[in-house]
Amino acid sequence: MIKIKNLHANIDGKEILKGIDLEVKAGEVHAIMGPNGSGKSTLANVLAGNENFEVTEGEVIYEGKELLEMDPDVRAREGVFLAFQYPIEIPGITNATFLKTALNEIRKHKGEEEITAKGFLDLMKQKASILGMDPAMISRAVNVGFSGGEKKKNEIFQMLMLNPKLALLDETDSGLDIDALKVVSEGVNAFRNDKNAVLLVTHYQRLLNYIVPDYVHVLYKGRIIKSGGKDLALELEEKGYDWIKDEQLETESA
Amino acid sequence: MNNKTRPNEWYVSNFEKFESKLNGQSESFVHTIRKDAINRLNEMEFPTTRDEEWKYTNVAPLLKNDFLPTYSFENPKINSEDLRKYIFENFECDILVFVNGLFNDELSKVGKLPSGAVVDSLNNVIKNNPDLIKDKFNTLTKVQNAFNALNNAYGVDGAVIFIPDGIILERPIQLVYLGGNGTDKVLSLPRNLIIAGKNAQAKILANYAGYGDVPYFTNTVTEIFADESAIIDYYKTQHENTNSYHIDRTDINQKGKSVFSHTAFSFGGLLVRSDINSELEGEFMECNYYGLNLARENQHVDTHTFVDHAKPNCQSNELYKTILDDKARGVFSGKIMVRQDAQKTNAYQSNKAVLLSKTATIDSKPQLEIYADDVKCSHGATVGSLDEEAYMYIRSRGIPDDLAKSMLIRAFANDVVDNVKIEEVKEQLNHLIFEHLQRVEITDISKY
Ligand SMILES: Nc1ncnc2c1ncn2[C@@H]1O[C@H](COP(=O)(O)OP(=O)(O)OP(=O)(O)O)[C@@H](O)[C@H]1O
Ligand SMILES: [Mg+2]
Repeated sequence: MIKIKNLHANIDGKEILKGIDLEVKAGEVHAIMGPNGSGKSTLANVLAGNENFEVTEGEVIYEGKELLEMDPDVRAREGVFLAFQYPIEIPGITNATFLKTALNEIRKHKGEEEITAKGFLDLMKQKASILGMDPAMISRAVNVGFSGGEKKKNEIFQMLMLNPKLALLDETDSGLDIDALKVVSEGVNAFRNDKNAVLLVTHYQRLLNYIVPDYVHVLYKGRIIKSGGKDLALELEEKGYDWIKDEQLETESA
Repeated sequence: MNNKTRPNEWYVSNFEKFESKLNGQSESFVHTIRKDAINRLNEMEFPTTRDEEWKYTNVAPLLKNDFLPTYSFENPKINSEDLRKYIFENFECDILVFVNGLFNDELSKVGKLPSGAVVDSLNNVIKNNPDLIKDKFNTLTKVQNAFNALNNAYGVDGAVIFIPDGIILERPIQLVYLGGNGTDKVLSLPRNLIIAGKNAQAKILANYAGYGDVPYFTNTVTEIFADESAIIDYYKTQHENTNSYHIDRTDINQKGKSVFSHTAFSFGGLLVRSDINSELEGEFMECNYYGLNLARENQHVDTHTFVDHAKPNCQSNELYKTILDDKARGVFSGKIMVRQDAQKTNAYQSNKAVLLSKTATIDSKPQLEIYADDVKCSHGATVGSLDEEAYMYIRSRGIPDDLAKSMLIRAFANDVVDNVKIEEVKEQLNHLIFEHLQRVEITDISKY
């Protein structure tokens, strides 16, 4: 689905991503872990098309197309979705207006008809119920006055509504209480199928008990320094990152 | 410069002719005010950019025109169907309509009011019940500049709203002011007076709109009195045609425990200047000013506010937002005075501007004059482009550039629009925002 080759990216002239190689196939879940400031959000944002970051090298092939050539809205219409680490409040725009506009743009892009008012309402109710959300929140302004956890849930709600092919989840688990974590994980699992893929950034093994990854990668100082199966996350939980850093130093000096 | 010596001359020299057309109206107490004003107009000069208060707003282009005063031009024939283009609809309200400052009885519609309440034209009130307004009329707006003098001298009509003590007007009142006649450069000089008694409540929507494309000049004066514990929501919208001039002076006097809110929306006009002044003459009251100024192409929009805290324990709160595109210019000047007596004053002022183009400019001038020591005052001004993080967020959901910008405009305007407590008006204002900025409209679909 997506193939990232030697991806380098800067912000304000400072190199953050220093050569990322990663391939995610349809049906897979990849977890990205790594210490604070290692570039996890940067990677997710570069893939989503955040123009604050400048890609200096490398390429990303998504569904056979050059992802980096596309504007962020085009990427979204092509099926890329980023659940933000810090979701944004948009006063004056209701969730309904926001999502219906987005959904219709995506449908238009695919050559489909606009969704009917009834169709939208039904879809909305169905997806809200997966997350145990009050359907009344659809008439509230996007994220305005939402608690930290509600904002994260709302990101997953948006994902379910827009049904992307590639979901990039940036620390969607942080700030969630145990029940919410379960519900959100169920939401992600309900979304998963063999035609889509999930790239999730997390600090905690806990989430990976619910959303079991096929691969776990450790991002450190802008590079993936270790990849493994789901057991790697357990090992990290137990031992922290230092042992990999040491390994990395050894290979570097070798 | 034109070859006339002073722009005043045209108005001074035409006064006699105008006076002769006044008929019975020249008998009233207002006529003394009028004669006094024309003398003042003769003596004083119109403001120039050398005046501190007019530093950023040059009225010379306006003064090059000799605008025709009332009774020297034909008013357009407007029927109730035409009127629909200009008014806010789909909610129950009483309506007074003024065309170039003249009351239009046929288009106006006032339902049954509580006993003692008056919603009528100034002329009718002067004719039928002058004592109702005599002690208030022209006591707040003392002629401060030549524009006020011009309004006093030539203004013949306007709205009077009188709400007796303890009366709550259930229906909002919509005051419609149409300017222009489509052929001549005309003057429209509404003169309004709102008197709210103790514990009185009302919602008033003053709606200034333009007829045709020919330039005209709306120069309006409004005096508002809010007695003890009165609650007055005053909304003002201005969508004059974009070749025209709009100068508004509104003076408010508030007494103890009253709550007055002034919420203004400026869309049209080539040159727009609004002065809003409040005297807070009592304790424990609240004065709110909110405003949204939109301008594009070569429009110029200027808001000057002055809140005068004379007594302790009052709160004033100002929020002004400006969106400018193309070569538009914005001006905001907000003065807050806290007099020595006015301890425990809370005064806030915030002025935010978004520039949609590199050639748009804004000048912002907050002025705090504080003579009391136990007060909380703050002011802040920001200028920038649309919120970039939110822009990315919206686009990351598949929403294209133009729609994303429209959403951000709506988001930016929201905390001003939200102060309008008439739902239907709120939606129509949102529509006007997009229409005026020529952006794709975002309509709210959350109401199933
Ligand atoms: N807008 C920015 N301006 C300057 N530096 C930035 C900006 N955004 C990110 N950075 C820097 O880039 C580096 C990587 O940040 P990033 O947010 O990608 O880390 P992260 O791995 O997601 O960390 P965390 O686990 O704390 O979320 C950090 O050093 C951060 O300070
Ligand atoms: Mg991060």
